[in-house]
Amino acid sequence: MTALVLLEVENGEVRQASRSALTAAARFGDVDAIVFGEGASAAAALPGVKRVLSVPALATDLAEPAADLLASIAKDYSHIVASASASGKNILPRLAGLLDVQPVPDVVEIKDAETFVRPIYAGNALATVRSADSIKVLTIRSSSFDPAPKDGGSAAIETLEAPTSEKSVFVKVELSASDRPELESARVVISGGKGMKDAANFKLLEPIADKLNAAIGASRSAVDSGFAPNEMQVGQTGKIVAPELYIAVGLSGAIQHLAGMKDSRVIVAINTDPEAPIFRVADYGIVGDLFEVLPALEKAL
Amino acid sequence: MKILVPVKRVVDYNVKVRVAADGSGVETQGLKMSLNPFDEIAVEEAIRLREKGVVTEVVVVTIGVQAAQDILRTSMAMGADRAILVKTDDTLEPRAVANALKAVVEREQPGLVCMGKQAIDDDMNATGQILAAKLGWPQGTFASAVTIADGRIEVAREIDGGTEVVSLALPAVVTADLRLNEPRYASLPNIMKARKKPLETLEAADLGVDLASRLTIVSVAEPTERKEGIKLGSAAELVEKLKTEAKVI
Repeated sequence: MTALVLLEVENGEVRQASRSALTAAARFGDVDAIVFGEGASAAAALPGVKRVLSVPALATDLAEPAADLLASIAKDYSHIVASASASGKNILPRLAGLLDVQPVPDVVEIKDAETFVRPIYAGNALATVRSADSIKVLTIRSSSFDPAPKDGGSAAIETLEAPTSEKSVFVKVELSASDRPELESARVVISGGKGMKDAANFKLLEPIADKLNAAIGASRSAVDSGFAPNEMQVGQTGKIVAPELYIAVGLSGAIQHLAGMKDSRVIVAINTDPEAPIFRVADYGIVGDLFEVLPALEKAL
Repeated sequence: MKILVPVKRVVDYNVKVRVAADGSGVETQGLKMSLNPFDEIAVEEAIRLREKGVVTEVVVVTIGVQAAQDILRTSMAMGADRAILVKTDDTLEPRAVANALKAVVEREQPGLVCMGKQAIDDDMNATGQILAAKLGWPQGTFASAVTIADGRIEVAREIDGGTEVVSLALPAVVTADLRLNEPRYASLPNIMKARKKPLETLEAADLGVDLASRLTIVSVAEPTERKEGIKLGSAAELVEKLKTEAKVI
C-alpha cells in the first residue's frame, strides 16, 4: 500500500503539523508527499518520503484546484492524509466529495489500515470507526502523532501541472506577525481568558512566555471580547493543542475550551474562583488574583 | 437570488454528554437539543444578506427526525422565509447529507448555500466541502466576512496564521465561522409568526440518492480521566513543583 501525504511548507520548512501527518501516513506503508507552492526540497529531505510531487504553480492552497489535482492522482493511493489544519480541513473533505468517499477527520489514533479513533462532542467521547471506502481520506490531529524528523531523507522530486479556474480566485492573505513558537507545536502554552480584563493585560503573559519559550493562546471569550486575535483561540472551534505544559490564566475552563487543551501533559490553572471547572483538569492550581500571581510567577522563574 | 441554509439539530452546546454504558454511542435521550451554533450564524448571515437586498428569499433545510422541525421554526423565527424538512430516522454521515442536500439544491436552484463550518456533535467539518465538490461549485470555508457583488462572492476566511480572502463565482458554498456575526434572538411575535410560515416535509428515501454510511462505529468510549490535581499556595511553590515533580521547565 502507498499513502499520499499533503505537506504544508512555511518559510522554507515543512510545518511541524505536516511532519506529524507524515508519521501517521507512514503507518500505512510507503509514502509519497505532495507540496503546493515552493518547498519541495524541504519535503524531499524528510526521512520516510519516497517521492515528492511538487506543484509550484499552486502557490496558494485554494481548495478547488488542489482537490481536482489530488482527485486525478488518488487512484494510486490507499490513504490520503493531511494535518487537520485550516488548509487540510479545507481541501481534504472536498477531495472526499470528488471521490465520493466519507472522510475521517481529526484522527487521534490509527488502529489498523481501516480503523481509526476520533474525538466527537468536543472531545467528550472517542469514537472508533471503520471505513469501508477503497481510498481513505484522513486528516490527523497533529498533537496525537510525533512529528517526523526534518532531514535525513532524499526523495526524488516530480513536478506536476496545476489546473486553474476562474471560479475561485485568491485575493490576499493577512498573517499576524509573531516571533513566538507556533501554538500547535509549542512545548509550553500560556493562555489568557476573560479574567485578563482587557487586551493590554495580555502583555502580562509575555515576559512569562519569553522565559518559557511559550506560545500565547486565548479562550473564546477573550477573543470575542477583543483581547486577542482569532488565531490565538484554543478550543473546539480554534486550535487544538497538547503541549508539555499548559498554563491557563483567568479562564474558567468551558467545555469548548477544554476540548482544545485537555490532552496537555501538565496543566496549570490560575484563577480567583476555586470552583472554576478548569481546576478539575489542572494538575496544579493557584486560587488567586492573576494580577498578583503573574508578576510573582515571572519573578520565580 | 435565493439562499439555502442547511441546519442541524444537535445536543445543546452547554450540555456535557455521557457515553452509553455499552459503548455503542452517546446518550442523547432527554437532553436539551438546539440549532447547531455555527448554523445559527449561517441563518443570521442569510437574513442580513436579505436585509441588504442582495438576497430575495432565505430557505432553511434540515435532514433528520420529525422533531427536527423545531430548529426550522427557530430559524424562521429569526427571519428565514420557509423551511424544508427532509425526514429520516437514520443518522447520516456528511457524505450522505451532502447527497441529500445536492438533491434539494437541484430542486431549489439557490444562488448561494450558506451553512455552519461544523456540527458540534460529530465535529466533522466536512459537509459543506463535500457538497461544493459534488455540485462543482467553489467553496468559501471558515468565513468571517462575506461581500456579494457582480455575480461573485468575496469571502474572508480564517486560516491558521491569520485571514485569507478569496473571490468565488456564484453559485457557491460558504461555511460560517464563529466570527462571521452575532446571531439575533427571535422575538416572541416573530416566534408566533414563524408558526404560520411554510414548512414542507420530504422523505429522504424519496430523494433517490445514496444515503448509505461508509463508516461503521466500532465503539464509543469516554476519554481517559485526568488524575486529580493539587492546589498550591504561591507562584514560587508552583515553579518548584514544575521543576522537580512535573519536570516540565
